[in-house]
Amino acid sequence: MFEKGGTKMSRKNKVRNFHQAKWDEPVIFELSNKGERGILFPEIEKEIEMDIGDGISNLPKNMVRKQPPNLPELSQMQVLKHYLRLSQQTLGADLNVDIGQGTCTMKYSPKINEKLATSSKFTELHPSQDETTVQGILEIIYKLDLFLREISGLDKFTFQPSGGSQAIFAIASIVHAHHEASGESEKRDEIITTMFSHPSDAAAPIVKGYKIINIYPNEDGLPAVEALEKAVSNRTAGLLITNPEDTGIFNPKIREFTRIVHEVGGVCGYDQANANGILGITRAKEAGFDLCFFNLHKTFSSPHGCGGPAAGALGVTEEFIKYLPTPLVEFDESKYFFNYDVPRSIGKVRAFYGVVPAILKAYSWIMSLGSKGLREVSEVAVLNNNYLLKKVLELRGASAPYAEGRHRIEQVRYSWDELYKETGVTTEDITCRMVDFGFHMWSSHHPFIVPQPFTLEPTESYSKAEIDEYIAGLKKVVEEAYENPEIVKTAPHRSVVHKIDVDSLDDPTRWAITWRAYLKKSKK
Amino acid sequence: MKKVGLIVNPIAGMGGKVGLKGTDGQAILAEAKRMGAEQVSPQRTVKALERLIPLKNAIELITYPQEMGEEVANQCGFNPKVIGSITQGMTSSDDTKQACKDLLKMKIDLLLFAGGDGTARDIYNSIGNEIVVLGIPTGVKMHSSVFAYNPLRAGDLAMIYLQGKVKELKEAEVMDVDEEAFRNGFVSAKLYGYLRVPFGRRYTQGLKAGSPPTEKYSQEAIAQKIIDDMENDCFYIIGPGTTTRTIMEKLNLDFTLLGVDLLYRKKLIEEDLNEKKLMEHIKGKKAKLVITPIGGQGFLFGRGNQQLSPNVIKEVGKDNIIVIATSHKINSLNGHPFLIDSGDTELDRLLGGYVIVITGYQESVVYRVIS
Repeated sequence: MFEKGGTKMSRKNKVRNFHQAKWDEPVIFELSNKGERGILFPEIEKEIEMDIGDGISNLPKNMVRKQPPNLPELSQMQVLKHYLRLSQQTLGADLNVDIGQGTCTMKYSPKINEKLATSSKFTELHPSQDETTVQGILEIIYKLDLFLREISGLDKFTFQPSGGSQAIFAIASIVHAHHEASGESEKRDEIITTMFSHPSDAAAPIVKGYKIINIYPNEDGLPAVEALEKAVSNRTAGLLITNPEDTGIFNPKIREFTRIVHEVGGVCGYDQANANGILGITRAKEAGFDLCFFNLHKTFSSPHGCGGPAAGALGVTEEFIKYLPTPLVEFDESKYFFNYDVPRSIGKVRAFYGVVPAILKAYSWIMSLGSKGLREVSEVAVLNNNYLLKKVLELRGASAPYAEGRHRIEQVRYSWDELYKETGVTTEDITCRMVDFGFHMWSSHHPFIVPQPFTLEPTESYSKAEIDEYIAGLKKVVEEAYENPEIVKTAPHRSVVHKIDVDSLDDPTRWAITWRAYLKKSKK
Repeated sequence: MKKVGLIVNPIAGMGGKVGLKGTDGQAILAEAKRMGAEQVSPQRTVKALERLIPLKNAIELITYPQEMGEEVANQCGFNPKVIGSITQGMTSSDDTKQACKDLLKMKIDLLLFAGGDGTARDIYNSIGNEIVVLGIPTGVKMHSSVFAYNPLRAGDLAMIYLQGKVKELKEAEVMDVDEEAFRNGFVSAKLYGYLRVPFGRRYTQGLKAGSPPTEKYSQEAIAQKIIDDMENDCFYIIGPGTTTRTIMEKLNLDFTLLGVDLLYRKKLIEEDLNEKKLMEHIKGKKAKLVITPIGGQGFLFGRGNQQLSPNVIKEVGKDNIIVIATSHKINSLNGHPFLIDSGDTELDRLLGGYVIVITGYQESVVYRVIS
């Protein structure tokens, strides 16, 4: 049952003897059996056909498929088994201690919020319904806007963007509209960001047509004021910056940054995807920002990304409300309504008015905590992170580059470079071996300027016992790296798939994200 | 079965601990030995070779006798094919060159060599661009970027290259300084050429979720940006390097990879200019200077591009210096600032601070420069 020499997990011995289910399950297309059906629909009754037609012949001809779609053909039971097996082959957020997915803010989303979001009272709403029939959800949207105004100090929020990157794109669009209004949009074609800000802060404005100037950190891990002064000019459209950055270091000169950018006529946008450690402590307004966004799916409970769905809450100061995407949800003292009368709006960044389940969950989460609770969330997240920092630094071969000896906010980008130099074991090897002890693997530590980077973010959700379990797993892997590096380099050993060839991820001729593409590429 | 050549320069690195800044030449070697210097190259090579042990039966290791490879190969449990002959304890640059020639005939897939800049130069002079090589850093001078970061990484990179996991190659600089001048406190580094080495992007940076552009694609994007922004009534001085070379290739112009070329209205005025000729052309005229950091240490001026003298730099003016580099090249500096050693302390101070580096068609970074 247990690995040779292994012992049952207990409070004393915290390393878990985990083994993942392995079903060797094919892709669902490979399970397809021609003619097999999940549901057999009865023939249409003559009487009904006479009254309303057969449902197809009255469709425009060009909308009727010539051939049925090439979908897998399976019975209900086969489908059920297939997906249950797959679910057993994942390491979901509710199963493991997920603090290894640094920057993702993998916190616990209370199940009561999920229950609300799956209630039929909510799921049976349609976004095209008349506003008089959806006053309840409009009230929730409006009140969440009020909460976020308080949390950020800004003056109005929209929830239309369906994620952080889309919110950044909306910010870039608003910056563009603002300069267009003063006839400067052509001249002002540069957005400034920093290397340790989120990569989308550079990528999304490029999509909008901006040039990007990226500031490298100094030895202290922070972008220098002098570097920003070098970057700004009369071509500066704006600044898009994360604070704290993904190193977990808070930029204490952020107010100076916004002042310098404002002085040259630029607009300042705040990427608050790392807000989990600063709720109720610092605000966008006091730091001098004109625009900001929060990820409801990270900071405000509603689970992150694929566990999601995501929602980017975009906030602006009074001056920029006129550019927000429509509709805005407003209140006239008697009813909530959609305001489409925003003549200088950037238009829509997405259909309808936001990812409503995420909005509902965030509203519920804030209501359950109150203002004191929100601040406590941040205090506990920071405390957990600094406890973890101390414990990780006690491990051989680990370091936390930049800001040596200083505390961090809610996450830390560590480095295993010393361990790598001494043993040849890489960060990737370590994360693969951690899977053998039941911890999720995570590989995104962009930009890769910290050698052998490793990002941890414990959030407020995990108890000391769980953080200790994670540390015990890490300690075990570090010991193995020095004593028996091969076991780490060849990991995972107890997962669904052992070592895979990751080289294909960089090769467009080999990767396929649809079955059709797979068939096409594998024929070559 | 893949064939791997191994050349160890056993005396490389001996001058380091005794402060001799290199061991090029028999007289200096004798001096190093007199001062108590011990061999360091073989032990460091072992660290790299040990990483290849899992491939022991899948590759054929071909090397030179005794301390030039045979001994370390045997120590790591390989059963190497030994060719050529040496006089034990008396190896020199000539042996390295001869070993290169012999290995070239054996049609090897990869040449691993252990040494420093002098060894890299010998390899370059003997084989040019014909074979893929990888340097195990064991020397004193390490200005070339043909070396892996340390012996372990050299071994690991060789391993994944031989397994076919790394297919991309990059041209890495071979540089060397004049040791005599170096000992007297002057650094006079010259760019000798380029060797083809495996491009370990994916390996050195760990598993990535996305697909970052290749080095070549980045170079092309940068070159196109420079070309599109070119002004009509302005000279463009194109410094040495593979990133700057791409500009000339895109314009279908002749160029010198190691020298400095001059353009006007996208036409070549003259190739491979020295300081005097450059000054004759640009004196009193508007000129821009396009440079890329040279070597593994990030020098903007003073290594490999001495034609761009303090006089030329002053004539062009600080605001007309355009620095270009791929993101990978900048990231490989691990946060260390760009360096300047133009020979004019006052100018170096003036050029220090922060510089905007063009890294893509719409992308640039602000990076620190120190002298």
